[in-house]
Amino acid sequence: MIAIVDYGVGNLFSLESSFAKIGEKSIVSGDPKVISEADRIILPGVGAFGDAAKKLREKGLDETIVKLAAQGKPLLGICLGMQLLFDKSYEYGEHGGLGLIAGQVRPLAERIDGLKIPHIGWNTLKFTQKSALFEGLKDGDYVYFVHSYYAECGGENLVATTDYGFDVTAAVQNKNVCGVQFHPEKSGDTGLKILKNFASMRV
Amino acid sequence: MLAKRIIPCLDVKHGRVVKGTNFSSLKDVSDPVELAAFYSDSGADELVFYDIVASAENRSLFCDVLREVARNVFIPLTVGGGINTLDDFDTVLKCGADKVSVNSGAIKNPDLIGNAAKRYGNQCVVLSMDVKLCDEGYRVYSLGGRVKTDIDAIEWAKFGEESGAGELVINSIDTDGVKNGFDLPLLEKIVNAVNIPVIASGGAGSVEHFKELFKRVNVDAGLGASVFHYKDFTIGQLKRELKSSGVEVRI
Repeated sequence: MIAIVDYGVGNLFSLESSFAKIGEKSIVSGDPKVISEADRIILPGVGAFGDAAKKLREKGLDETIVKLAAQGKPLLGICLGMQLLFDKSYEYGEHGGLGLIAGQVRPLAERIDGLKIPHIGWNTLKFTQKSALFEGLKDGDYVYFVHSYYAECGGENLVATTDYGFDVTAAVQNKNVCGVQFHPEKSGDTGLKILKNFASMRV
Repeated sequence: MLAKRIIPCLDVKHGRVVKGTNFSSLKDVSDPVELAAFYSDSGADELVFYDIVASAENRSLFCDVLREVARNVFIPLTVGGGINTLDDFDTVLKCGADKVSVNSGAIKNPDLIGNAAKRYGNQCVVLSMDVKLCDEGYRVYSLGGRVKTDIDAIEWAKFGEESGAGELVINSIDTDGVKNGFDLPLLEKIVNAVNIPVIASGGAGSVEHFKELFKRVNVDAGLGASVFHYKDFTIGQLKRELKSSGVEVRI
């Protein structure tokens, strides 16, 4: 069973439908007990970092996620959910994250000039190291991005980048903790393949 | 590299897709769920659904259709038509929409853009504008292009960006449904005025029109309706031709 963490942000219907499409059981829940019983956890999210981090804390879900990650359960953060895995973010102020991956989240505007923000649309992946999450994918495969902030992270956790003025972090992994800046549930067959890999990956 | 997007638009009325010429004389075209899956398989990068009736009773039928599409199609879905309040945002987002486009609702209540962006994030809010060239310049029209306002289109686009819209859809009333090509002068002006993605709409009739659009104006996406519904050419064909002429597209 895959738990999709519900803390009041994001389009969870699409994630749930994606798992149904690939024949994987999933449950949308904001209850720490239900989430703890799952084998794998998806941390979704859209909107602003500060609000999302606050909502996670209010529901006690930050502790649950950190605890489950420490137990070695596969965890996948998507979009803002990926950014929340990091130490902190500079989106409208400075906000603490879950600290599961070393690094920080910063505005794209600091790094790019002449490109539109948000970075919206289908962009290509370039892999920097192998990961079971991307089994069957290759450099140049397109996935759907929508974000105005990016994660600055060390090479050891970086799995894939995408070119938007510079090599923007597209996927990260620290053992069982994975994150993707793009939306696999909105990336057609390529995205479904990634979710399928997540549902079966061993870490 | 970021790909230019091809986006079919489905105008939905009583659970069916319709598309008119110059906003009138609607013809029933096809079943939305079937059409959405067909488009996704043939390479559409996103889909836009317009609820052209947007009455209370029709909204629930529309949401049923949307939910069914979202269950089967895994590309971004934008919903528009009759979005006047944050509750309207909520309703369609819960049915599987990823983005919501506001048009007349934002003209009536400009705060809607900012309030929605604060609650759902900029990426969720698309400002859609129906624009016509008048004696005094480009003007925004409301209520499906029927009612002229005194709002300057360029100023409105800038206001949308400042208020937190993540994207703009620019629909030219002058070129809509005529299939004579996109309104390049208008699009050029808008693209130069803002720094958010711009989706061009109105006038697509041939592959050449899309080539001309992407080569001459720095828009991010081209939207088409009848040109795809009536299979003048498929999205796959269009993308292959764009690619061979040097336009970056996802194939």
